[in-house]
Amino acid sequence: MLTNSLVLGAAGGGFNGGDILYQLIMFIILLALLKKFAWGPLMGIMQQREEHIASEIQAAEESRTEAKKLLEEQRNLLKEARTEAQGLIENAKKQGDVQREEIVAAARTESERIKESAKLEIEQQKEQAVAAIREQVASLSVLIASKVIEKELSAADQEKLINEYIQEAGEKR
Amino acid sequence: MHHEAPIKEFLGLNFNLSNVLMITVASAIVFIIALLSTRRLAMKPTGMQNFFEWIMDFVKNIINSTMDWKTGGRFHILGLTLIMYIFVSNMLGLPFAITYDHTLWWKSPTADPVITLTLAAMVVGLSHYYGVKLKGVGEYGRDFIRPMPFLFPLKIIEEFANTLTLGLRLYGNIYAGEILLTLLVGGLAHAGVGGMLAAIIPTLVWQGFSIFVGSIQAFIFCMLTMVYMAHKVSQDH
Repeated sequence: MLTNSLVLGAAGGGFNGGDILYQLIMFIILLALLKKFAWGPLMGIMQQREEHIASEIQAAEESRTEAKKLLEEQRNLLKEARTEAQGLIENAKKQGDVQREEIVAAARTESERIKESAKLEIEQQKEQAVAAIREQVASLSVLIASKVIEKELSAADQEKLINEYIQEAGEKR
Repeated sequence: MHHEAPIKEFLGLNFNLSNVLMITVASAIVFIIALLSTRRLAMKPTGMQNFFEWIMDFVKNIINSTMDWKTGGRFHILGLTLIMYIFVSNMLGLPFAITYDHTLWWKSPTADPVITLTLAAMVVGLSHYYGVKLKGVGEYGRDFIRPMPFLFPLKIIEEFANTLTLGLRLYGNIYAGEILLTLLVGGLAHAGVGGMLAAIIPTLVWQGFSIFVGSIQAFIFCMLTMVYMAHKVSQDH
């Protein structure tokens, strides 16, 4: 019984031409159906993903280049700004120096001028004072002289002199 | 133990109805799995889509290992369908074998030499077809006398040997697996309580091994298909 089944196998004897035909047709149908409904769309989506990834990589590459370019630009700008700032500071310093020089020079001239005018005034004052003293001395000497002369004058002459003086004083007023 | 096959004659051809049933079931299962897995395709694959993409890459690698993708790409779908169909067929006979009125209805379709030889003959036939299509008749014919003209008879024999080995290897592995399962379950387990207890562990082990064998055989069938294809369509060796 056992050996019988082993020897005969699954094929029940005879040539199963129908099986062959059926298997072939079914396989071809299965192939066609799977191609249309399963493998085709799956391959499509895989292809699509491949393209997507490729384009993403491309985009990433591009944006990286862009970023690099921008970075370079920014760096250049920064450098420029720094140089400019340096220049501005330099300029300001120079200008400050110049201004300081100017101010100092102006102050010096001013002080010179003031000193000059002060000197001039002092000179004037001195001269005035000398003139005043000279006048005083003259009038004093006249006074002394008149006092000395007074002692030797007569009453008449004295009168006359007094009158003259009064007259003189009156005239002066 | 000996089960009859339900053979009916129709249009002058013998149909083994159990084969017809199992071929239909296997095809339907493959189709339904593939259809359900690829219904919601997304750029970010999830679940079954991942699995199917893995199968695609797997078959692609098999093809790439035998020929370049430019000629091999056209066999991608054939290889995918073959490996899926044979794998599902191999698995079908594992959980149970249904007999009704001493006829065996439920088994692996690949446990029948007619089925496996049909697939093998189809593959070899396709390889000849693509050989002629891609290389032209002259180049295809000249391949039979390469590298030496006196090898021509061997080349002819090789074609038939290829077909036979391709089909019978698959058949033998799956059929042997099913026979042993039948013996364990139908013979030993029917011999009383002790026999049933004794049968549990070998049955489990053998079922596990049969899953392994079934997967390996599906892979080998696909691999050899691509090898024969490559042999016929590639320009030089």
